[in-house]
Amino acid sequence: MGLQPYLLLSATVFSIGLFGVMTRRNTIGILLGVELMMNAVNINLVAFSRYTAAASGMIFTVFTICITVTEAALGLAIVILLFRVRRTVMADHLDLLKG
Amino acid sequence: MIGVLTGSALHALIALLLPAFSFLVLAIVAPFRRLGRPAAWFSTTCAAAAFVSALIAWHYGAEQIAKVVWPWLPSGGVTIADVGVLLDAQSSVMLCLVTLVSFLVQFYSLGYLHDEPARSLGRYYAYQSLFAFSMIGLALAPNLLQLFMCWELVGLCSYLLIGYWYQRPSAARAAVKAFWITKAGDVGLLIGIVMLWRLTGTFDLQQLRMLATSGAIPVAGLSIITFAIYMGAMGKSAQFPFHVWLPDAMEGPTPVSALIHAATMVTAGVYLLVRTDWLFALTPNVLTIVAWIGAFTALLAAVLACVQDDIKRVLAYSTVSQLGYMMTAIGAGVAAAGFLHLLTHGLFKALLFLGAGAVIHAVGSNDLPRMGGLARRMPQTALLFIVGTLSLAGIPLFGGFLSKEEILGAVWMGGLPGPFALLLLVAFLTAFYMFRVVFLAFFGTPAPVAAVVHAGHAPAHGTVGQVVSASAEAAADRRSAEREGWSDPARTPPRVAHSHLHNEAVVEGAHVHEVPHAHEPPATMLLPLWVLALMTMAVGVYTTWGGAATAGFFVGGEHAEQAVPPGWLTPVAVGAGLAGILLAWLTYQTRAINASSLAAAFGPIRSAAIRKFWIDDVFETIYGLILLGLARVVGWIDRYIVDGVLNLLSDWTVQAGDELRGIQTGKPQDYVYGVATGVLVLVLLMRLVF
Repeated sequence: MGLQPYLLLSATVFSIGLFGVMTRRNTIGILLGVELMMNAVNINLVAFSRYTAAASGMIFTVFTICITVTEAALGLAIVILLFRVRRTVMADHLDLLKG
Repeated sequence: MIGVLTGSALHALIALLLPAFSFLVLAIVAPFRRLGRPAAWFSTTCAAAAFVSALIAWHYGAEQIAKVVWPWLPSGGVTIADVGVLLDAQSSVMLCLVTLVSFLVQFYSLGYLHDEPARSLGRYYAYQSLFAFSMIGLALAPNLLQLFMCWELVGLCSYLLIGYWYQRPSAARAAVKAFWITKAGDVGLLIGIVMLWRLTGTFDLQQLRMLATSGAIPVAGLSIITFAIYMGAMGKSAQFPFHVWLPDAMEGPTPVSALIHAATMVTAGVYLLVRTDWLFALTPNVLTIVAWIGAFTALLAAVLACVQDDIKRVLAYSTVSQLGYMMTAIGAGVAAAGFLHLLTHGLFKALLFLGAGAVIHAVGSNDLPRMGGLARRMPQTALLFIVGTLSLAGIPLFGGFLSKEEILGAVWMGGLPGPFALLLLVAFLTAFYMFRVVFLAFFGTPAPVAAVVHAGHAPAHGTVGQVVSASAEAAADRRSAEREGWSDPARTPPRVAHSHLHNEAVVEGAHVHEVPHAHEPPATMLLPLWVLALMTMAVGVYTTWGGAATAGFFVGGEHAEQAVPPGWLTPVAVGAGLAGILLAWLTYQTRAINASSLAAAFGPIRSAAIRKFWIDDVFETIYGLILLGLARVVGWIDRYIVDGVLNLLSDWTVQAGDELRGIQTGKPQDYVYGVATGVLVLVLLMRLVF
């Protein structure tokens, strides 16, 4: 298999993730979308790594997975705290930064 | 240092630096200054030491020229100007006059200002020291740049001292007026100095003199330069039309008036022209202007002095008049005669002012009609004042005799019959108005107080404008201050504080002013009077005895060149003076001539003179219409155009911000939309455009 199917898969997953981030009202749903986008990136990295036979892409992927995990943990923690303070996790209610 | 530090130069330097030292101590050591009297004594001691030093410098240094300078303003390897002292015949004798008068005035002020609060007394003496330093620096200046610097310092000090009682609005206004009007002349002086520098490349007086006498200075265009320099002298020496500041300068304490009028401020202009007479000699057309303006100023001020009822203002106008005399002599090409009159005038005018101060101190008022019969109560003051008056009238054996003769002779020989006739008339008027003061103040009986109210001030007060006629309201201010009682000592001007308020209260109620408490001034005030009177007499006797040849003793050797004036001159000049005295005697002593009918005979002139010939009004109109009008136009431009543009810009900014804040929804997903759209647009741009 060539590179293209992987890239297509990656782009699809990224788009789904982006769609989720943009449309989900629930903050946890948005976080899930972000995870999807991250994984799309990972797919890209691995595919290019295999394609060019360079190990650095693999190593990068391991790093990214670690960071994604911490990001998910932090994000969930923030959501829980947010829920405690505001009693809601709906993104369109959280507009304190409104100008 | 350039030049040899000879004994005379050293002493001149000491005389210069002692007042500066005194000023610095008083200015920097504030607690000492606030002690008042110790500070006063310190400053007076410094002034006395400076005087002794000046005498030594004169004694040793009158013959040869001593110059000690330090390089100043280095510029690309050459120094543009030096700073230091130049001691020659003129500057050494000027140095003596300045230090003498400033010492005597400071000593006199110890008595005159004894009611002054301590902290402002210290301030007064700090100013006095600075004044003495500036004037000495001016007198000894080796180049025009140092001269100009000291010239400005003198102007500053006169501003500070005229406005010494700055709580009084009229004093503050008079100070500002003096500063502005002299400043107007100073601009001319600065321009003249710089233009002269462009022409010759030097500021140094000796070099300039060498160039001028050897004919190395091109005469073309020099008239503008000398006229510009003369402008500065006009401002400082109160020549028409810049004389208006001087009578208002009477708002300062009387010793200050003595200092300003006798030895420092106003003589600076005459001294400048004396110092640069070789330059003016190259431009006879400017000299003619100088002579005519001088003579006209002399006459104008003499006429004005005749209608004044304030003893200090009479003296002020007489100073203007005498300055006109000096200027006319310079204009006639005999600067030495003007300089001689400057010196003798310095002595007797200081005497007259300090004597007037003693009278004011005793009576508590400046108004002549409130005085009268003072000779019985204060015989010494009266005697000394009369000595000064006779000097001013140019009577033989008194100080002003020879110098006046010299000036009249110089003007006649200089081929200026017009100014000569004016000056002769002025000699008559001078004797008249001065003896009017003498007879009104020291002889006769005190006038009823009703006369006080109508006299002199009433027409001027209220009609003459605000900024320019600080003077007219002075008397009114003082009177209302007395009426209100001003019980707060901090706010009370000392003259009012001293004026025996209970007597004044009686005066306001009753109709006869008895001046019950008038008495001789204390010794600190009487002593300077005696010193000045004796010196005036000594100079007078010496010069009357020795004739014109003795003038060289005072103004240096170059004096002898003058041609001998005709023999009829002396009797005519003295006769004019005596006639003036006679008229005053007939009018104000024996009352053989009714004063009011005399006034009626000169009705139009008199009423014009009371309005100061509308010169103040002209200045006020210039100020009110042109200056204020321009300010109003500029203010409008600033308020509506400059500010308008800025306001518009800021309004737009605020409005745009208001419009744009709708984008900032605060919802995170909207931002994600923004980012995604941005990326999309970027990608499309990369694909399609680049």
